[in-house]
Amino acid sequence: MSLAAAAAAGLPQALGFARAGGLGQGGAPIAADPGHGFLSPTGVEIAFLLVGLVTLGAAIVTVTTRQLVHAALWLVVTLGGLAVEYLLLTAEFIAWVQVLIYVGSVVVLLLFGLMLTKAPIGRSPDADSGNRWAALTVAVASAAALVWVVVDAFRTTWIDLDGAAAGSTEVTGKALFQNWVLPFEALSVLLLAALVGAIVLSRKAKATTTDRPGARTESGTPSAKEPR
Amino acid sequence: MHLAYPAVLSALLFCTGLYGVLARRNAILVLMSVELMLNAVNLNLVAFDVWLSKAAEEALHSGQALTLFTIAIAAAEIGIGLAIVLAVHRNRGTADIDKLRDTAEGHETDGPDSDAPAPETAGEKAEATA
Repeated sequence: MSLAAAAAAGLPQALGFARAGGLGQGGAPIAADPGHGFLSPTGVEIAFLLVGLVTLGAAIVTVTTRQLVHAALWLVVTLGGLAVEYLLLTAEFIAWVQVLIYVGSVVVLLLFGLMLTKAPIGRSPDADSGNRWAALTVAVASAAALVWVVVDAFRTTWIDLDGAAAGSTEVTGKALFQNWVLPFEALSVLLLAALVGAIVLSRKAKATTTDRPGARTESGTPSAKEPR
Repeated sequence: MHLAYPAVLSALLFCTGLYGVLARRNAILVLMSVELMLNAVNLNLVAFDVWLSKAAEEALHSGQALTLFTIAIAAAEIGIGLAIVLAVHRNRGTADIDKLRDTAEGHETDGPDSDAPAPETAGEKAEATA
């Protein structure tokens, strides 16, 4: 997965795409390659399967454990496992963004939230609500349906992981800044709006306590004259 | 790599997050489960993007671009969500979504606000009577 090879493969693809002007010419489905098979998995598949089992196990522990802080720490394992899966799928940039954003900031935010809401250390008996069995039924049913549909649809589909990496930093950066500039900029506006919104939400309690006596004196309620 | 591996893992992760969203009581644990569901979608996007970039010679890399956008939106969502949860916890003293039943129908008597009304509702009542 050398970067130079990725760049050499990525640029002609982009040019060819711009010339063709659409996705229509390249939509040929990949038929089953006789070289592949379920019974002879490659090393990448075995690694993906093992990391996937760890990831899924950590996810299940995350949603079932009764210790709230442990749930956040198992979430780290899940997100890190997903980053490894991205690396196995040759999407390097996404993997490091996943590590930076999710493991670095989102989990820290969640831990801060647990701390600020005075989450109990140790087992909390009421971590699960009363509709647990209904939730389990819904989850198992939807998992069965989704797995059935997905396996049935993509039974004969293989990802070609050889050659240049499909998600190296250079390829991703070129795609992002050639074709996705406008959504990228819109996203920065969204992040700014989220920043302002979080600040406003955090300041809201103080603002209402200072606003409310003034509003009451305007409405002329006698009880509003009492000192607060 | 067979495409079924990431697709099946993504489906299972999504349903794990679905169970967490439906079964958890603490709002922050619900947010964690939402993150799990978003990550499942991200894995799907990346897997299909890697498949299509080779199979269909798709050079837009829309899957990876959308994954980056999803990650950024998830970061914004977790910030706003935690701000809301903290505001609720400051006003009500709890972050359990089972106890926040102000807009529920048919539960006016056994809500947690019946014995200790929130300052907003008290203010509205005072204004309504005045």
